[in-house]
Amino acid sequence: MAHRNEVWITGVGLVSSLGADAREHAEKLFLSGSGVVPIIDETRYSPYPVHPLVPLDFSSQISRKSDQKQMELWQRIGVYAAGLALSDAGIAGDAALLDRTDLVVAAGSGERDTKVDCEVLERLGSREDAALLAKEVLPSALRPTLFLAQLSNMLAGNISIVHNVTGSSRTFMGEEMAGLAAIENAFRRIQAGQADRILVGGALNAEREDLLLGYEIGHNLWRGPHRLVWERCDEGGGFIPGSVGAFVVLEARAHAEDRSAKPYARIAAVETDRASRAPGQTVQALMQLFARLNAGSNPSGPLLALSGASGVEPASGEELVFLASLAVQNPEITVRAYGSLLGHSVEAHFPLGIALAALALEQGSAPPPFGQSDIERPFSGSVQHVLVTGVGHWRGEGLALLQAIE
Amino acid sequence: MGSRMLDPKGRSVVVVTGIGLVTSLGIGVRACWERLVSGHSGVKPISRFPTEGLRTTIAGTVDDLDVTPLSAHDLSLAMAEVAASEAIAQAGIGRVGHFPGPLIVATPPSELEWPHLNRLVEVPSDAELAGYQRILANARSGAFADLARHVRFAAIADSLQERFGTEGEPLSICTACASGATTIQLGLEAIRRGQTEAALCIGTDATVHPEGLIRFSLLSALSTANEAPHKASKPFSKRRDGFVMAEGAGALVLESYDAAKARGARVLAVVRGCGEKADDYHRTRSRPDGTAIIGAIRKTLEDACVAPEEIDYINAHGTSTPENDKMEYVSLHAVLGDHLARTPISSNKSMVGHTLIAAGSVEAVFSVMTLGTGVLPPTINYDEPDPELPLDVVPNVSRPARVSTILSNSFGFGGQNVCVVFSEEPA
Repeated sequence: MAHRNEVWITGVGLVSSLGADAREHAEKLFLSGSGVVPIIDETRYSPYPVHPLVPLDFSSQISRKSDQKQMELWQRIGVYAAGLALSDAGIAGDAALLDRTDLVVAAGSGERDTKVDCEVLERLGSREDAALLAKEVLPSALRPTLFLAQLSNMLAGNISIVHNVTGSSRTFMGEEMAGLAAIENAFRRIQAGQADRILVGGALNAEREDLLLGYEIGHNLWRGPHRLVWERCDEGGGFIPGSVGAFVVLEARAHAEDRSAKPYARIAAVETDRASRAPGQTVQALMQLFARLNAGSNPSGPLLALSGASGVEPASGEELVFLASLAVQNPEITVRAYGSLLGHSVEAHFPLGIALAALALEQGSAPPPFGQSDIERPFSGSVQHVLVTGVGHWRGEGLALLQAIE
Repeated sequence: MGSRMLDPKGRSVVVVTGIGLVTSLGIGVRACWERLVSGHSGVKPISRFPTEGLRTTIAGTVDDLDVTPLSAHDLSLAMAEVAASEAIAQAGIGRVGHFPGPLIVATPPSELEWPHLNRLVEVPSDAELAGYQRILANARSGAFADLARHVRFAAIADSLQERFGTEGEPLSICTACASGATTIQLGLEAIRRGQTEAALCIGTDATVHPEGLIRFSLLSALSTANEAPHKASKPFSKRRDGFVMAEGAGALVLESYDAAKARGARVLAVVRGCGEKADDYHRTRSRPDGTAIIGAIRKTLEDACVAPEEIDYINAHGTSTPENDKMEYVSLHAVLGDHLARTPISSNKSMVGHTLIAAGSVEAVFSVMTLGTGVLPPTINYDEPDPELPLDVVPNVSRPARVSTILSNSFGFGGQNVCVVFSEEPA
């Protein structure tokens, strides 16, 4: 095997229901002592709770109003978070660096105009009259520029336009698998010397009826009052969507050192797979991934496991079995399901876990347990190794191991 | 172990050992190729939904697969399965139900279509709910779980993985109309870095439905030459007036040269290199000086270790929009210079139409066939050349010519520019 470059995280851009940047997340997650209360809106889309985005002044990252108008909210969230990550990495505004920065995005669908959808359905009535639809309704109802947003790659396109990231641009789809693929692809390319510096992440706007519909058709949403991820597993399962924008800048160590960039952490390994959700398959897949993850890197001592569990069954229950088996081998493992606090952000969820792991390693500490349970126990030691898990509500499993840079 | 197993940069040489195709010209590589080189068009009046009153009423639909009721997801999957089966069979790789490498598939947007939404809203509801609240309440019943595949972006890849037994996490890609080329790039990179010895790369798109057509129509991107459908797509000609939407799927089996030789596989072509460059100018338009497209072509040649003069045929993106064809010419000229005038270039889209997400895959298959047969497919409907674009477009009839190195271009909305160089197996 050829020489492998060390992969560093040199920038974090984060927005969610909890905060407007990485700093605010770090303060609330790691420094508040007793832990923070999740921000939830249980009424607007009742019976579906969602974690709403904090109020943001998008102009601070997307200066041209014309650009903002061309974007739906999920794109603005992503472009905003991407801008934060570039600034944090010290790349923003550096034309020469941006020209050689690659872009990898995890994305889902564009937002539908639900008002238009309803109008169309009203006019269609029960006729299923395709002629009427094609001739009279859609041409006047659809807005040409916004429809482009149905293309998943338009978040990446807008990041290129607003922030001038133009090295290359790739968008992965597939719900949680999109986030797993994006992180893994960026990691492997840098490790193999196929790229030097990659901006990678995703965004979710949870506050959308069309998004809720997409997941409710598959019966994946939690209904009723907010519950922590692990509690939901025992009560039938379901995820609570959270608005999130999560981007990180990954960089080859040599390139980061050349420009004196400050690293948060190194990514030691990323492994992904796709198992069915037949009983036992998810546990088995995670065990195998963990074995592969550990083959190249050997974490000893305390391990913080930032779990991206969604709360959807059977995926999250099986992940819990996997985490329990790790605890048998390593009693110093500490679990935190970050979806309990920030909601589930689907495509952005694994990148979110990577971003939170970077903050944990920068702080050297774990967040207080999210709620009270036997699963999440207090931890007061120094965090040197973080395991990030990503188990898709329907498909896709991934693990990443991050380490502190001494 | 000869040096031909490694390229000049010391990386594994990557080859194509299987190809598969479904287009508006037919099902299977042979059927599509024979009609392509004889200058047939697959563009026809749309018959699957009423088009009266629409500005554009033609498309290169795929109507030969039995998919009922029709949906973008189900037809995209069916075409991908046919193309992948053909490619895997030709490659003779793996065993039934097990392909020894990852799946990398470019798929169209996953969304509910109007018949689906109509089903959801029409259920009698006991509560006084309207609009999306009513739809959501009906979805809660669980009675519509069969629609989930239409909104899951992972669904097409997952079905293909089940069918062909590909390994690891399947990748679902969107780089708009460059997506097919991106699947090849991802496969090439994965093999080069030693992650796998083989990859199944597929692009598929079946989005000729009312909303899909109207969207592109509203962007003024489509040809409105409805009277003579087969004449509508006219890349590089003076009166080109937009692209023609089309459906199709292309599949390629990529392997390391070592692995292919070790199992005695026939090598159809070498994937010499890929390159890409993102444009930050506009959501649907290229930077007027062509910087990004030029960058993509240059990076591709550099990656492939090929000099501009070595390109002896270009499989154009050639959509037949005024903007694309002009920018493609300008950019090619900037990189190839005088050599461009001596380099034949043709657009498969003049016959197949624009297969959008699948275009890079479909055109890669045609590029491989061009290498193997020594026939350059024509650009049909080239009746009135655009004097601004002085190109040898292989006008109207195909041409026999031995070519050994082909540049294939793919450009997409959102500033996506990806190019691939294919060449013959080294002697």
